[in-house]
Amino acid sequence: MSFQVDEQGYYGNFGGAFIPEMLYPNVEELRSRYLDIIADPVFQAEYDALLKDFVGRPTPLFKAERLSAKYNTKIYLKREDLCHTGAHKVNNTVGQILVAKRLGKNKIVAETGAGQHGVATATVCALMGMECIVYMGAIDIERQAPNVARMRMLGAQVVAAKSGSQTLKDATNEAMRHWINHPVDTHYIIGSVVGPHPYPDMVARFQSIISAEIRTQLQEKEGRDYPDYVIACVGGGSNAAGAFYHFLDEPRTALIAAEAAGKGVNSGHSAATTFLGKSGVLHGSKSLLMQTEDGQVIEPYSISAGLDYPGIGPMHAHLFESGRGKFYGITDEEALVAAVECSQLEGIIPALETAHALAVFEKLQAKPNEIVVVNLSGRGDKDLATYQNRLKLND
Amino acid sequence: MNRISALFSKAKEPILNVYTTAGYPHFEDTMTVLTALQEGGVDIIEIGMPYSDPVADGETIQQSNQASLDQGMTVAHLFTQLKDLRQTITVPVLLMGYINPVLQYGVEAFCAKCAAIGIDGLILPDLPMAEYEREYKAIFEAHGLFNIFLITPQTTDERIRHIDSVSNGFIYMVSSASTTGAKTGISSDQETYFERIASMNLQNPRLIGFGISDHSSFMKASKNASGAIIGSAFVKLIGQATDLRAEIVDFVQSIKGKK
Ligand SMILES: Cc1ncc(COP(=O)(O)O)c(C=O)c1O
Repeated sequence: MSFQVDEQGYYGNFGGAFIPEMLYPNVEELRSRYLDIIADPVFQAEYDALLKDFVGRPTPLFKAERLSAKYNTKIYLKREDLCHTGAHKVNNTVGQILVAKRLGKNKIVAETGAGQHGVATATVCALMGMECIVYMGAIDIERQAPNVARMRMLGAQVVAAKSGSQTLKDATNEAMRHWINHPVDTHYIIGSVVGPHPYPDMVARFQSIISAEIRTQLQEKEGRDYPDYVIACVGGGSNAAGAFYHFLDEPRTALIAAEAAGKGVNSGHSAATTFLGKSGVLHGSKSLLMQTEDGQVIEPYSISAGLDYPGIGPMHAHLFESGRGKFYGITDEEALVAAVECSQLEGIIPALETAHALAVFEKLQAKPNEIVVVNLSGRGDKDLATYQNRLKLND
Repeated sequence: MNRISALFSKAKEPILNVYTTAGYPHFEDTMTVLTALQEGGVDIIEIGMPYSDPVADGETIQQSNQASLDQGMTVAHLFTQLKDLRQTITVPVLLMGYINPVLQYGVEAFCAKCAAIGIDGLILPDLPMAEYEREYKAIFEAHGLFNIFLITPQTTDERIRHIDSVSNGFIYMVSSASTTGAKTGISSDQETYFERIASMNLQNPRLIGFGISDHSSFMKASKNASGAIIGSAFVKLIGQATDLRAEIVDFVQSIKGKK
């Protein structure tokens, strides 16, 4: 079975490009050119150089000794939190801004949930001298205030999405509407492996550097180039896609995804798409989607803004449906416990999104000689207000 | 003959197509609005099936969608409201909406229901042509439903020709690159685009939509097409109307210059 996108833009039953005609010329231009652009050696050299000197790659693969001792297995942390701007999101924005330049675009629009993708987009726009507009849900603007300030410091315009649930889904709607209204000079940098084909594949390719590095680093440290488990959190699924990418066809590696179960999978306050979703179309692709019987999108809930999304990328829907990926629902509480544990056992404060992946150790029951790699997708600075509040750090 | 084809073959004056959101302003208003539109002299009615995430729509239509959903509107409820449609409404009726609610209802069941009620065609902006041809065309055609495609100023001539070859009824010409309700009026750039398309001698007639709000923009658009489509301006009107029926009749007549 293939886990890569096919000629029609599908992963199994999921994917495609369900876009209004207004977006067709842009998406079609991207579709017809992205593979050639990325394959161009000049592009590759520019991309690699920026990843090395601007982003700070390769990021370390760190053996977490105290977590390993606690769970009686070998745990490695892939330190995407050490990327410039503090999360994996920048791997994608560096790639896409170089694509945008080659498409002759001089303005960028993006959506953001936690603000990490917005910051990563504002950062590369500053670097390349491009105008940047970021749509962000009004609720997220409040709960991720430090990132809003960072985007503005970087010269981006942050626009509040006030429709619907006022979170990531609505920010994405607004970014798409902006693109419809500015089709000629603007490129839309989507922040995850969602959206119409070719976005899921393009973003997965830019994030695949994560698993490429894991392979080399594991070979050095363990004498084999694959782990027994790769764990990553899934909002739209870009850090997971990147961490899984080079292991998709490696049957010895189990692919483990952590979704946000909010207050509990069946509490009515959750974002656990594979548990609650059915096949449907949102933001240009067919995937698993949380929706009513009538096909209206359900407003999700998670403590973590970056996982507060009612869908997942089509690649992950296919991994789920085919059984290649295993999905866990992690509650707010479980994520908070895991965040404290990682902070106090390893000296690393993770992002709330990442904490969902860290909470999987408890459920995994890996054996002592097995190798578990968890993608530490981002650092927790942006979540300090939530941590302070929920963990009573000021008392 | 499908009512849409019949209309275009006999029309002597510009055709007016009005969009209205189902269940708006109030849940039970759907048939009242349709009847008043017909009484005012509308030529085609486009009923919007509300959706939670209408990405091609601007604020006015988004808000009407949300208001309708908040009052409990669903595809199934709408079909119930429309069950006696053809006892009063004789003009062609289109359903406009996004693909996901149709998928959840079931494409086959949805089309069968449309045919039974007397719906003439569908406008599903996020159903792309390639998907339509692959999976939907046969089902739509089996139920006698026209699928109306959009073209925009950015659509290439080659693609317009292809759209023309798979279209039935008419082609929906979006007047500018925008969401609905974003702009009003028609610029000279847009007129150039209208003329360019008019000179392509397509086999299907065209209606122009987006930015049409009054008699003057309606007539301007109709110079280079068979007529025009009004959406946001109408939705805004009914959202504020105190005498729904009278104001709708008045609006339609003033657009057509009959007042
Ligand atoms: C640190 C971090 N991890 C994970 C995510 C979730 O996104 P994705 O599933 O695309 O990796 C986000 C999104 O904002 C994030 O900031």
